[in-house]
Amino acid sequence: MNSDLTIKKVLHMIENGEASAEEIRQGFLREIELHDKKLNAYLEVYKGDEKAEKSGGALAGIPCAVKDSILVEGKHCTAGSKILSNYTAAYDATAVSKLKAAGAVILGKTNLDEFAMGTTGENSAFGPTLNPYDDKRIAGGSSCGSVAAVAADMAVFALGSDTGGSIRMPASLCGVVGLKPTYGRVSRHGLIAMASGFDQIGPITKTVEDAAIVLNVISGRDPMDSTSSPAEVPDFVKELDKPVKGLRAAVPKEYFGEGISPDIKISVEKAISVLGKLGIYVDYVNIPTAEYALAAYYILVPSEVSSNLARYDGIKYGKVSSDGDSYIDSYLHTRAEFLGPEVRRRVIIGTYTLSAGYYDAYYLKAQKVRTLLRKDFEKVYKNFDVIVGPVAPMVAPKIGELTDPLSAYMADMFTVQANLVGIPAISVPCGTVLIDGKELPVGFQIMGRHFDEATILRVAHAYELSR
Amino acid sequence: MSRITEKEVEYVAHLARIKLTAKEREKLTGELEPILDYVNKIGELDLAGVEPTAQVTGMENVFRDDTNSIEPSLENTEKLVGQAPRRKENFVKVKSILEAK
Repeated sequence: MNSDLTIKKVLHMIENGEASAEEIRQGFLREIELHDKKLNAYLEVYKGDEKAEKSGGALAGIPCAVKDSILVEGKHCTAGSKILSNYTAAYDATAVSKLKAAGAVILGKTNLDEFAMGTTGENSAFGPTLNPYDDKRIAGGSSCGSVAAVAADMAVFALGSDTGGSIRMPASLCGVVGLKPTYGRVSRHGLIAMASGFDQIGPITKTVEDAAIVLNVISGRDPMDSTSSPAEVPDFVKELDKPVKGLRAAVPKEYFGEGISPDIKISVEKAISVLGKLGIYVDYVNIPTAEYALAAYYILVPSEVSSNLARYDGIKYGKVSSDGDSYIDSYLHTRAEFLGPEVRRRVIIGTYTLSAGYYDAYYLKAQKVRTLLRKDFEKVYKNFDVIVGPVAPMVAPKIGELTDPLSAYMADMFTVQANLVGIPAISVPCGTVLIDGKELPVGFQIMGRHFDEATILRVAHAYELSR
Repeated sequence: MSRITEKEVEYVAHLARIKLTAKEREKLTGELEPILDYVNKIGELDLAGVEPTAQVTGMENVFRDDTNSIEPSLENTEKLVGQAPRRKENFVKVKSILEAK
């Protein structure tokens, strides 16, 4: 698993004539054929697409996978939901058109929790994706298929999206690199919206260097997404080689209290001690609002979800129920029939927290908590370059282990903070824990200042090379 | 415990345009209670004088020229209207929105 078929290696193979781009594509399609019946990472595989040809570009001939909430023109896009099971994308997401322009070859679309709502991948209407390290366990959500595809060598890299940890959580549980860029770094145009104030597209790769290569391609201002940032995009690959000695890393004490499993604590503390050996100054800090972040997140995000998902009405696109005589009845039946339990739960919570009489008590208050958390982080970043800690509080759970909604939410306690603050964060593999005879991966999280992906990539790269 | 009643759940579900059976309503009410209890935790914080955050990267209003960025074309019309479950020519068809007197 997790062979050395990185972007860099495959580019080299094509360049040297060891294999043609089409031979590489066929090789990956064979891997999918062999392993995906069991893992269920892909919802659709583009076997019949035209042959891959040698082209120019930073990703020329590189086979990749795309989360099925990101539009690829002319292809189905289900968002893991029955309500979009018949939907065909009318255009390419900006991130996808940038991948295509760089020569990447899209192998297919990958599974996800319905509308990206979930921690385990079990909320997909098309069944869970299994963990390549132990098929009795889940891959983690919501970008479960993208991560499993990379971890099981069924793609060189993949695109995911991260609203509260949906790239980093599964990356941690499947032992690959997952990067959530700064909010606004990558255009959200063509990403099926979950919570627009939090959603961000990012790369899932085998190495930190590959994450930098993909981020170089997909970043930048896009007139089609008014929240995409005009901030300058550095060459993230070049930045990797700058020295890390003298950088400062903060470890929030709050991350090692209640709720984190002892195995994870040990692995992450070990990773932190490696930073010290690399010449990075490490010290403990406090983020007092951290323990309230998850509560604020699970008010703000369902609120945005309830508003964003109002568009699924059975009129403009998607499935429509055959029940319901009037306009409104048809709407009620369609959403009852084709939206899954977790999506319905969040839409209803969000409608409640936004409803008259509750808006001030929930939504407005949660936005204020967001301000406090932001200030806590800003204070730390005055003296430190990165904040480090765990990604998931546990190793990959067994199928069905996290079905109680609130316990699944609790697993997001360390990942949602970066989304609330809007900063970039990466999950890098930092070891494994042996359970039931299986080595289960653990992820290490590095969070940076707004638009400073370069520094977290640099620290992650130095850490990865030292292992 | 947060006291959300089945009646409130029914009302909110209707606002959210989701039809629930009596059984689903009961189950959902039971699931929402602990979730609302948990998120109410933010009530412990002193938020007096704190401004709400809606945007995190400091961007302000973004404008574009008031021109067509995409040329209207029949091909685009077909791509979009073609997705509608019910259509008549180039129109999206809906069920009656007014009741006959």
